[in-house]
Amino acid sequence: MVTGQFLRKIGAISAAAMALAPAFVMAQEQVAEQTGHPVYGQFHLQRAVTPIMDSIVSFHDGILLWTITLIVLFVLALLIWIMIRYNAKRNPVPAAFTHNTLVEVVWTVLPIVILIIIAIPSFGVLSDQLTTPDGQRKYLGSNIFSFGEVEVPAPELTIKATGQQWYWDYEYVDDGVSLTSIMLNEEDRAATKPGQPRLLAVDNELVVPVDTTVRLEVTADPTGVIHAFAVPSFGVKIDAVPGRLNETWFNVRETGIYYGQCSELCGKDHAFMPIAIRVVTKDEFATYMAAFKAGDYAAANATLVALQ
Amino acid sequence: MADIAHLEAHAAHDSAHDNHTPTGWRRWLYSTNHKDIGVMYLWFAVFTGIVGGLLSGVMRMELQEPGIQIFHGLASMVYGMDAASGEALDAGKHMYNVFTTAHALIMVFFVVMPATMGGFANYFAPLMIGAPDTAFPRINNIAFWLLPPAFILLLMSLFFEGTGPGALGFGGGWTVYPPLSTSGHPGPAMDFAILSLHVAGISSILGAINLITTIFNMRAPGMTLHKMPLFAWSVLVTAFLLLLALPVLAGAITMLLTDRNFGTSFFKPAEGGDPILFQHLFWFFGHPEVYIMILPGFGIISHIVSTFSRKPIFGYMAMAYAMVAIGFVGFVVWAHHMYTTGLSLDVQRYFVAATMVIAVPTGVKIFSWIATMWGGSITFKSPMLWAVGFIFLFTVGGVTGVVLANAGADRALHDTYYVVAHFHYVLSLGAVFSIFAAWYYWYPKMFGYMYNETLAAVHFWVMFVGVNLIFFPQHFLGLAGMPRRYIDYPDAFGFWNRISSVGYYITFVAMIVFFYATWEAFKRKRPAGDNPWGDGATTLEWTLSSPPPFHQFSTLPRIDSTKAH
Repeated sequence: MVTGQFLRKIGAISAAAMALAPAFVMAQEQVAEQTGHPVYGQFHLQRAVTPIMDSIVSFHDGILLWTITLIVLFVLALLIWIMIRYNAKRNPVPAAFTHNTLVEVVWTVLPIVILIIIAIPSFGVLSDQLTTPDGQRKYLGSNIFSFGEVEVPAPELTIKATGQQWYWDYEYVDDGVSLTSIMLNEEDRAATKPGQPRLLAVDNELVVPVDTTVRLEVTADPTGVIHAFAVPSFGVKIDAVPGRLNETWFNVRETGIYYGQCSELCGKDHAFMPIAIRVVTKDEFATYMAAFKAGDYAAANATLVALQ
Repeated sequence: MADIAHLEAHAAHDSAHDNHTPTGWRRWLYSTNHKDIGVMYLWFAVFTGIVGGLLSGVMRMELQEPGIQIFHGLASMVYGMDAASGEALDAGKHMYNVFTTAHALIMVFFVVMPATMGGFANYFAPLMIGAPDTAFPRINNIAFWLLPPAFILLLMSLFFEGTGPGALGFGGGWTVYPPLSTSGHPGPAMDFAILSLHVAGISSILGAINLITTIFNMRAPGMTLHKMPLFAWSVLVTAFLLLLALPVLAGAITMLLTDRNFGTSFFKPAEGGDPILFQHLFWFFGHPEVYIMILPGFGIISHIVSTFSRKPIFGYMAMAYAMVAIGFVGFVVWAHHMYTTGLSLDVQRYFVAATMVIAVPTGVKIFSWIATMWGGSITFKSPMLWAVGFIFLFTVGGVTGVVLANAGADRALHDTYYVVAHFHYVLSLGAVFSIFAAWYYWYPKMFGYMYNETLAAVHFWVMFVGVNLIFFPQHFLGLAGMPRRYIDYPDAFGFWNRISSVGYYITFVAMIVFFYATWEAFKRKRPAGDNPWGDGATTLEWTLSSPPPFHQFSTLPRIDSTKAH
């Protein structure tokens, strides 16, 4: 009777899942076209546009996801076999063994081997993330079992991001100009950037050039609280801590607009201080920065194609 | 020998007073009886579990659709603001953070820990080692009775000013990171929360001292440590973790308290302090804390699996020392919670390696449970359903832990819903499933009645479906980049959030079944008998009546030195 109820429940859930499937496939097709923000129903990492995110995606999708899926399926298969084979009806007399040295050694050593196989690319991926390019060092990119084949130039631009309650300040350190980036409320978004996603669209995007290594310094207001600067499609996430200057870097290979969100609880508007980075061509950036440095931020923005 | 003679004399002394079993409120308020105190802990955890579970329900209702639906209205009800005003919206956003914080603190300190280390450990560790009671019965009493005031302090904190006027309660997360917990919450709400944690911490430390002393000194003659049931082992390891970890938390939150009120600057960057220092201290406590929540469950599951397979535990020594290893390594992996704080490359490499080591003893436990069942003659009574469910769900939560252990992958997943899914799989599904497994396993022993097996099985299946529906989609949300502790999210995350919320409603139904099943069992009063589980149940508690006498083992049991575990 209990089993019957369970089966009916499973049936209902599978039916619901099948009904949802078409919506699902459509959502996944959009992923290829849309980059820089999540899409409806997405169930995997955002598409990579930097060598760092390439390596994270390869590491997760190529090794970790397979390993953990196989382990879970293996344990599930064993449990199902036990339920079928060793239930009291099929096996009325229990065995009495309590030891088996061989299998105990195997299930101790085999996980160690698996962990070492995971650790090799893991350390490589980690080292890439924490090593700012000098122009010489090669990065893993998608091929995480290589010794590095992606060339990344040394940083040409330094940007300082400061977390405030609840928005981000950006400073182009070399050029001595800065801007403040605040989330658009729904009225303003509808009026100015209706094509940009709710809760992600901001008044002023951070503008950076494509194919350029950007050194990113991240901190928070000295009198404020901790925030975290994160852009999923860049593979960047680093805490903005009052009194500390954390450093990371990114090099984006595609123009476009890329969104992230504050990733450390910072108070009531934690969910409402997105990060929006607009990646433009090097020429566009030069024009933009020239106008910005001339002292007119509005004119600088006007040099770029208006965001819809 | 002298000890045993003393114990026997003590037991004889107790039995002489059997007729003076206290009654009425004196029996409970003044209780020095480990079983009564254990039962009080359990009912306390049931009550606080309702509170913590309802808090998460309101959050899941809020997150069911994009936009803010619930909390501005809730704020207007509490504060009397106009629900449509920006003021109510701001208060609602703060209230959401207060709810996430309270949900976590209640579930960790007032549900899981009281249920496992307070309830089941108090009740069954002495029975399993053949002791008449715990070593320090009066400490046991005060340890329990500190918890209700601690809980009341936490509830009071919800109604005191947090960030400012019109923003009551502390909304900085259970991790209470400064500066959000210092300058970010100037009101007294945070001070109440700190005091609550202090009192709860004192309670846990006293309980740990009592259990360690009991297990070291009061085992029945012949029961060496290597013959001790695995649940007693798990309690022993957990008690040591409590004893070593909680003082660090107490120190850290005392530093917060003095930073807040007495002008110190441990964590104030403007005065030379460092907020990251707090995170190191917190997680030095916080990581052992997660093992504190799950280790007693490991012990419970071992007994249930063995009982219903009618087969001794496979690899007893490996099982015991795997728990010791997990407890030990658990103390040297704390900064894997801090990969994004700006730790240097070498430090992150160390914590990656150390963290992955934990997968090995954990794997030993999973496979040994499976090997215990292998070749068994298994009856799938409800405790066994919960135990097998635990093994599967804990495996799922465990492997996502291996993913998160890699700092390189954690870069994408840190502080996202992937982490929420991971720790709910190991705690909400792991630890809580082990608590329900223990509840159905020992219910007949504790209360002397048998519950309705069908109701218990329905409870399991409905809850199994519900919790998986809540938490499995949260992996997808995290991979897609949805950060934790968000009251509202970009519309793209709407799909999986809606499914997750539906899972909550199913789980809610399961909890109604649980309460009905419990009520039904008390109403019908079907006598359970001394040992309802048959010859697979070999530990000492099954040799006693159900419920056991007010004082048990007035003649100490002798453990046969040749008998297997």
